[in-house]
Amino acid sequence: MTKTRVPAVDGLFTEVDGVAHLIGAKTPDRESYFFPAHLPGMAGGDPAAVGAELEEVLLSNTGTVWSYTTSSYAPPPPFVATTDPYEPITIAAVKLEREQMVVLGQCPQGITPDDLKIGMEMELYIDVLNEDDEHEYTVWKWRPRGTAGTTDTAAEGN
Amino acid sequence: MDELAIIGVGMHPWGKWGRNFVEYGTVAARKALDEARVDWNDVGYISGAITVRNGYPGYVAGATFARALGFNGAQVASSYAACASGVTALQVARGQILSGATDVALIIGADTTPKGFLKPNEGDRPDDTDWLRFKLVGATNPVYFGLNARRRMDLFGATQEDFARVKVKNSRHAVHNELARFTKEYDIEDVMNSPVVSDPLRLLDICATSDGGAALVVCSMEYAKAHGHADPVRIAGLSTVTPVYPDTVIDLPYMATDSAGATPEPLRGFKQSIGDKVYEESGLGPDDVDVAEVYDLSSSLELDWYEQLGFCAEGEAEKLLRDGVTEIGGRLPVNPSGGLGAFGEAVPAQAIAQVCELTWQLRGEAGKRQVEGARVGISANQGLFGHGSSVLVRR
Repeated sequence: MTKTRVPAVDGLFTEVDGVAHLIGAKTPDRESYFFPAHLPGMAGGDPAAVGAELEEVLLSNTGTVWSYTTSSYAPPPPFVATTDPYEPITIAAVKLEREQMVVLGQCPQGITPDDLKIGMEMELYIDVLNEDDEHEYTVWKWRPRGTAGTTDTAAEGN
Repeated sequence: MDELAIIGVGMHPWGKWGRNFVEYGTVAARKALDEARVDWNDVGYISGAITVRNGYPGYVAGATFARALGFNGAQVASSYAACASGVTALQVARGQILSGATDVALIIGADTTPKGFLKPNEGDRPDDTDWLRFKLVGATNPVYFGLNARRRMDLFGATQEDFARVKVKNSRHAVHNELARFTKEYDIEDVMNSPVVSDPLRLLDICATSDGGAALVVCSMEYAKAHGHADPVRIAGLSTVTPVYPDTVIDLPYMATDSAGATPEPLRGFKQSIGDKVYEESGLGPDDVDVAEVYDLSSSLELDWYEQLGFCAEGEAEKLLRDGVTEIGGRLPVNPSGGLGAFGEAVPAQAIAQVCELTWQLRGEAGKRQVEGARVGISANQGLFGHGSSVLVRR
């Protein structure tokens, strides 16, 4: 039986024609972005956005590495470890050019800090975060641009 | 801004004692009250720093401590500001004293911490960024420290040995501090051989969580002089500022920074602005500082503070460290107490403990870890969700 693929948390990311995007918010008349999109009426820190009708916007799905690190020990719940014993995960902070903001995300299994450099170009994709008997729960991740083949295989392997 | 006098400080030793937090806070408070030599009925305000890991008594910490010390009718408050809670409680008390509502206030914070990573509250809370970062990214607190350390390496040429050197320095200080939890002296190899937690940081680069308690008795300058404290250590600046938008440095608990797409970054970032405020209030500057207690949640964050507090230009912290400037005996010792690396963090007590250490240093009571001739001290602390604090004390 094929498992149903559902986002681990609704409303944070989407795929349009097979291309992954984070769902952010933006002030209509200014290049001021927020991720995650904030609750109606909340400014997300920007005084100029107070009271503005924020619009939903798909954020850039490429960027450059601002920094990177690992979670070498299993994070506590609500994180769900998918390997036993736990395999360290690599985490990238990626700067989006248009939005002038940095967004965190996991990297694919198999990517280590040795594979990354500050300034390296990255792209967003959707991968499995964890699964149960009926569902695959998905999340966004960052991978080096041009490594789609390897990571897609990994995703299908799940 | 009028100054406040610190007439009593006290701490319960840090450790993993596993007892009730109220006990630690009460021990610390009684030491501070003994030093202050005040009539308990003169203490008109009790300002508690909240712990969120010990149930309802922790949420009403001020009242919990007031009861444990014997209700005397004092007014009370409890403050939570993550790691900055202790200075927020002090800030509340300062307002009470400078407004004339009371002469003397007691500030207390204490914590009993669970084992392992600090983690978010239970339950499904998809609109809470603190829950989301664990759930979706696996971003524990050390992840943010690791991102910061990697930036220092890339931008400024810091090495893992530099980070280790911070731990080594602070461990040498802590050997002389019976209040610290870890009093063993480490060498660079010990740090480099400890397991990686969040690359490039290792276990000994990252602070633990601890049990502990700290307290201060503060009063107006007039009350201090009238009650036999002729030359007390004084609080000349307090800061609990929030960031100015946009804050473009990724920090816990967020999954993304603010956007600088429409509003340019402020000239001084959030961490810089924390110290700027106490310099502005006190009329003093980085050149006046003799000793500092800074929040070394990780060893690389201590290096950041050298720059953020203006002890050196950006990118020069490693040189300051390597030249021995920031060790006891150097020109500007940092974390003579041993810092968080030697204490482990007891969240609501930690910012108060920084002030305790600075007070002992300025009184010349720090024993073998004494910074000779210290007259001006500064603390710096980072919380989360836009919290941070700094205190400038002088004599």
